[in-house]
Amino acid sequence: MDLNSKYTPQSWPEHPEQATLEGKNKFVGFWLFLGGETVLFASLFATYLALKNKGPSGMEFTTQGLFELPLVFIMTMLLLTSSLTSVYAMYHMRNYNFKAMQAWLMITVLLGAAFLGFEIYEFNHYVHLGFTYDQSAFSTAFFTLVGTHGLHVLIGLGWIILLMIRNAKRGLNLYNAPKYYVASLYWHFIDVVWVFIFTVVYLMGALE
Amino acid sequence: MSLIAEKKSFGAVLWDYLTTVDHKKIAILYLIAGGIFFIIGGIEAMLIRIQLAVPDNDFVAAGLYNQILTMHGTTMIFLAAMPLLFAFMNAVVPLQIGARDVAFPFLNSLGFWMFFFGGIFLNLSWFMGGAPDAGWTSYASLSIASPGHGIDFYALGLQISGGGTLIAGINFLVTIINMRAPGMTYMRMPLFTWSTFVASALVLFAFPPLTVGLFLMIFDRMFSGNFFNHLLGGNTIIWEHLFWIFGHPEVYILALPAFGIFSEIIPTFARKRLFGYSAMVFATVLIGFLGFMVWAHHMFTTGMGATANAIFAVATMAIAVPTGVKIFNWLLTMWGGNVKFTTPMLYALGFIPSFVAGGVTGVMQASAPLDYQLHDTYFIVAHFHYVIIGGVVFGLLAGLHFYWPLMFNTMLNETLGKITFWLFFIGFHATFFIQHFLGLLGMPRRVFTYGADQGWDLFNLISSYGAIFMAVAVVVLVANIIMTIAKNQPVGRDPWEDGRTLEWAIPQPVPFYNFKQTPLVRGLDTYWIEKQEGNKEGMTYAEPVMDIHMPNNSIIPFIMAFGLFVGAFGALFNGEKAWAVPVLILGLLITFISMGARSLKDDLGYHIHKEDLLNDKGGKH
Amino acid sequence: MANNADTHVKNRTEYEYSRRRSADEMRGQVTTFAIMIFLTLIAFSAVYAGFSAYYVAPIILLLAVVQVVLQLYYFMHMSQKGHETASMFLYTGVLIAFITVLTFLTIIWW
Repeated sequence: MDLNSKYTPQSWPEHPEQATLEGKNKFVGFWLFLGGETVLFASLFATYLALKNKGPSGMEFTTQGLFELPLVFIMTMLLLTSSLTSVYAMYHMRNYNFKAMQAWLMITVLLGAAFLGFEIYEFNHYVHLGFTYDQSAFSTAFFTLVGTHGLHVLIGLGWIILLMIRNAKRGLNLYNAPKYYVASLYWHFIDVVWVFIFTVVYLMGALE
Repeated sequence: MSLIAEKKSFGAVLWDYLTTVDHKKIAILYLIAGGIFFIIGGIEAMLIRIQLAVPDNDFVAAGLYNQILTMHGTTMIFLAAMPLLFAFMNAVVPLQIGARDVAFPFLNSLGFWMFFFGGIFLNLSWFMGGAPDAGWTSYASLSIASPGHGIDFYALGLQISGGGTLIAGINFLVTIINMRAPGMTYMRMPLFTWSTFVASALVLFAFPPLTVGLFLMIFDRMFSGNFFNHLLGGNTIIWEHLFWIFGHPEVYILALPAFGIFSEIIPTFARKRLFGYSAMVFATVLIGFLGFMVWAHHMFTTGMGATANAIFAVATMAIAVPTGVKIFNWLLTMWGGNVKFTTPMLYALGFIPSFVAGGVTGVMQASAPLDYQLHDTYFIVAHFHYVIIGGVVFGLLAGLHFYWPLMFNTMLNETLGKITFWLFFIGFHATFFIQHFLGLLGMPRRVFTYGADQGWDLFNLISSYGAIFMAVAVVVLVANIIMTIAKNQPVGRDPWEDGRTLEWAIPQPVPFYNFKQTPLVRGLDTYWIEKQEGNKEGMTYAEPVMDIHMPNNSIIPFIMAFGLFVGAFGALFNGEKAWAVPVLILGLLITFISMGARSLKDDLGYHIHKEDLLNDKGGKH
Repeated sequence: MANNADTHVKNRTEYEYSRRRSADEMRGQVTTFAIMIFLTLIAFSAVYAGFSAYYVAPIILLLAVVQVVLQLYYFMHMSQKGHETASMFLYTGVLIAFITVLTFLTIIWW
């Protein structure tokens, strides 16, 4: 494809992410990948639920006593908002407004990084309480499930930052538009998983 | 573009294959690597049969026997059967649907190299303190207790090669969804493409649970996790569930493409359209779907409870219905056809009764009360070898003979092929039929030896003799392959003379861009239709000759997979050697830096110009 | 062929129409976001209110499902055309995910 073909907002296609065969392939392939990721996270959720509150006899840690819901609430808000900001980025991509897209992605990255910071703080806090990775089956399952989500956030951040740096000088074209689009899909999917984490792990854990 | 046709230095050929993104060459890589692992797994099988030939044998020690047994199963399933099927999928599917390449050529190459390095890593365990020894299912209660590094090799090696498989699955799915030629609707796709599609969907959904299961195992064994440590609240049954949520669909990941190969071979040599095409498609999809609902039938005896056992028993028996539909359709395709008994057709004919036998014993085990008797006996061993050899290996050998001329523009010797078939067929039944009775007589599976005069001596000896027949068959096959390559007699297009689908319509050797012009598909069995209408070209075209866009070769997939291979050693020796963590980080850095290099450097591919296409040289190279 | 995008230049009316349509869509997205925040607030406050777990658990699970559906259909554009394959595979994944979680909750019991 010709990277040099210049577009105007008028000639920019309606669905730039699917305007080329490569784009279509990326689009479908990524959705399929998300289907697989659904099963991956389901396996982790299932393992967590089977091992929830299980530990050596006399273990003092339970979901009811451990989790810090206010912190989780802040993290949820950060991630939800970052989902909206990446929608804004895609809105500007459709309108061929590269600067605005990069700016919204920047905000997305900042929100995501803040989320990750809180998560690290949270894990650190639990470890200081003695709830370490090898403390019990419960702790192992908890850190693995939530940590896998955190790893996804980290990968998403790295991905978006790399895209922003790589394309900073040359702007939008039909080669990188699908890349931005699937990166934003990935970011939304991270949010989808988080919705279940805060509901199933934290909120339902806090219930008596 | 076959590797034989051109005179290039060895280094150039090697570099070409290391960097290739061409699906036809990747198919050859899969064929070679899968073939080598098949031979390794076969040698392990022979060692097992030698050990069991006579009672109280001390040919191998008990511990070594466990390793051989584990590696035989693991190698055959993950490193032989699946890659060999991927070889045929890569070689055939893009040609069958009229595509110039797969959807993600780069990922295709990455998938291969990840499988390859994962397999090498797993097999290096032989030289680094012992292979895994907890059976191919590696149940956590055994594998957590296993000393040494064998199980670590298993978990890490399968993790890497499993990642490659997942990539390959997504790649085939997208290829089939997006890159079919004009007119190639879903209901005109050849059955091999359909079965590839369904099997790839199974890969997509079945491998993530395995990935999770293996990670849990890795964390427990190497990073002090407690998933399976019952003292700290863990539960080993979790492994069994995760493993079988993957493991049962895995059976269909192997069987469905084999069914697909037979569904191509039978109409070709019966010279009759496939009977009940749409029922076949429906049955394939249904088998794939039901394949996910039955995994717990492997765990009837773990004490899931009567309700769960009943549900999974009924669901399992239900799979017999679509499978029966397929069997009858194959029979009715041959009914009244003008059958030509070529080597591939012989395998197809041998497959039907053999696979039915395996299916019937499967329904027997699906009945949970009976399974309490059969569980962990040689009856199970007999059953799954009937399914995997009678179904999958027959399919692979049939496909090897059938598609050899498509891949290499030369034909395997038919006489030797038929000798191979008969030796293999007789040997297979001699080896495994008798094992049903060994199981009913109470011989447990996985034992390294047995006492004399339990009534098992003769049957085991017969079984071992049968294995020798199979080994000789493989030797004849290898000889056949070597002779064929040495002779290298080109056979041209449509060597079986009765090819029905698009892949046989392409001139041989297949140009590296596959189709000079994208074909227009006018119905099921495209090439057959064109032949019936006297079209010498074999294709109706959907476009004029135009520039063709091709992807660039790349060494990055190789380096990425290599990085994971290096990193795996770090994880393996974590907490034991001082260099472990640095090596782990180094390996991951290699992978991520090459991944970064891939995304920073645009890969736009190149064009073959119209003029070059028209002057008959077929563009570059 | 493979990578040539169609290069249609929109005329003024078309351009303004598509601009307005994506602006409308974006307003819809912001509404979706507001609903999602609202659902999250309900979920957290239901837990804080200290009702019986038998009431709260199904409600917050339902809220989570609604929120995810909104996320998928609006933020990830699954409501738009051309997502048939995507949704088929996603729902297959969801079905298998559901069965997996169900079995782990029911038949792993010791």
